[in-house]
Amino acid sequence: METAPQFFRHGPGPLARLLFFALLSLLLMVMDTRFKYLPEIRQTIAMVLNPLQRMAYLPAEIFDQVSGLFVSRSLVDEITHLRGRHLSDQGKLLELSALEAENVQLRNLLEMELRVEVQSTTAEILYIPNDPFSRKVTLDKGSLSGTQLGQVVVDDVGVIGQITRIYPWMSEVTLITDKDHSVPVQLVRNGLRSMVVGIGQDGIMELRYLAANADIQSGDLLVTSGIDGIYPPGLPVATVSKIESDTTYSFARITCIPAAGVSRNRQVLILSPLPPIPERPEEPVENIRKDKKRGKIGLR
Amino acid sequence: MAFVDSSKHESLSNVGNRFIVLSLIVALVLNLLPLQGIALSLRPDCVALLVLYWSINQPQRVGMGASFIMGLMMDVGDASMFGQHALSYSVMSFIALLMHRRLRIFSIYKQIPQVTLLLLSAQLVMLLTGILINANLPEWDFLLASVSGALLWPLLPTLVRIPQRRRPDSNVL
Repeated sequence: METAPQFFRHGPGPLARLLFFALLSLLLMVMDTRFKYLPEIRQTIAMVLNPLQRMAYLPAEIFDQVSGLFVSRSLVDEITHLRGRHLSDQGKLLELSALEAENVQLRNLLEMELRVEVQSTTAEILYIPNDPFSRKVTLDKGSLSGTQLGQVVVDDVGVIGQITRIYPWMSEVTLITDKDHSVPVQLVRNGLRSMVVGIGQDGIMELRYLAANADIQSGDLLVTSGIDGIYPPGLPVATVSKIESDTTYSFARITCIPAAGVSRNRQVLILSPLPPIPERPEEPVENIRKDKKRGKIGLR
Repeated sequence: MAFVDSSKHESLSNVGNRFIVLSLIVALVLNLLPLQGIALSLRPDCVALLVLYWSINQPQRVGMGASFIMGLMMDVGDASMFGQHALSYSVMSFIALLMHRRLRIFSIYKQIPQVTLLLLSAQLVMLLTGILINANLPEWDFLLASVSGALLWPLLPTLVRIPQRRRPDSNVL
């Protein structure tokens, strides 16, 4: 009635086109999820998208700058608060340096390898993607600033996640609360080792593979155990919030609350990668089964 | 488009391709705004909204191909699976293409329920693909974006026509 008559239209019909695009996107999805393919196409689109992303970030930045002009009062408060904290931290730091020296000495005595010091770079959260199917954030540091895949991202209280995709000017962090993202942890109180696994919801995680009679209490702090060679040891990850030991299952159902959160602050730290774990020497066959547990940890 | 004679669509019939592209870019920027919390779940998918608007009002220019490409952009921007948004936008554009003649009969306010369904269909496709790859299941407020998007729908023709009204004025002056 109002658009061009049917006989003017050329090309395939709408159904054929829909089939074509549906098949194409299904192919892309399979290639992306199953084979981790197509980084080049993604990179190209990200290059196009990057200026737009910066543009979208501009209002927040301007707001920060403008509100920065009006906050001198709260700044004074913050400075006094930070001074107090600095003082108390300084005391702990002095203690720490003494402890560190002692630790080095003891490790030398025991002929153990020294703990590696972890360096870090600060980055800013550029954007929290509105993807309800995954828990990710985008940082403003990319491969041009020396960021690498698999680096650990922390904030001032604990582990946030791990870098899982890299573009030249930005990188994507998969949060520890993402579904099936696991972090090997250790209880601070008694050194019990286990894994904390995300279930895809904000602010809640699961501690898996602990026997129903394991010595665990709510409020226990979990820190990274460092046996995976990805997460440096001793970083706070979560606190235990609820324990249900059901006798029908062999493992207890333990829920935890992650220590860090991306909603709290915009600045985060990217930790430098740990040196690779030395190759394991050849072992006699009967010992292999015992050690199998170690190899499966961490997100690749 | 020479056969268009109804005055209702006249102002849209001379829309330039450049203008459509510009509007889609603005929608992309709006979608990439760094929001958090309730604002994030209430924020409509502006790209979906504009793709829908153009495939209803300019089906000759914006079809499944354009929707697919915009979907790929959103996939990268939202860090989701590559092809997820692309598939959902193409399906939505397909349905819009099938019923665009019927939709344009209705007044803009009566289009709201149908637009809600169209936007929901796009989200349903995303949900299905999410289930397929065993991703997190989103919470119910995921669907609020469609509702808020549909409520914005009546504003869209005015917003889209703002730059066009200015153009003849500048020619006169």
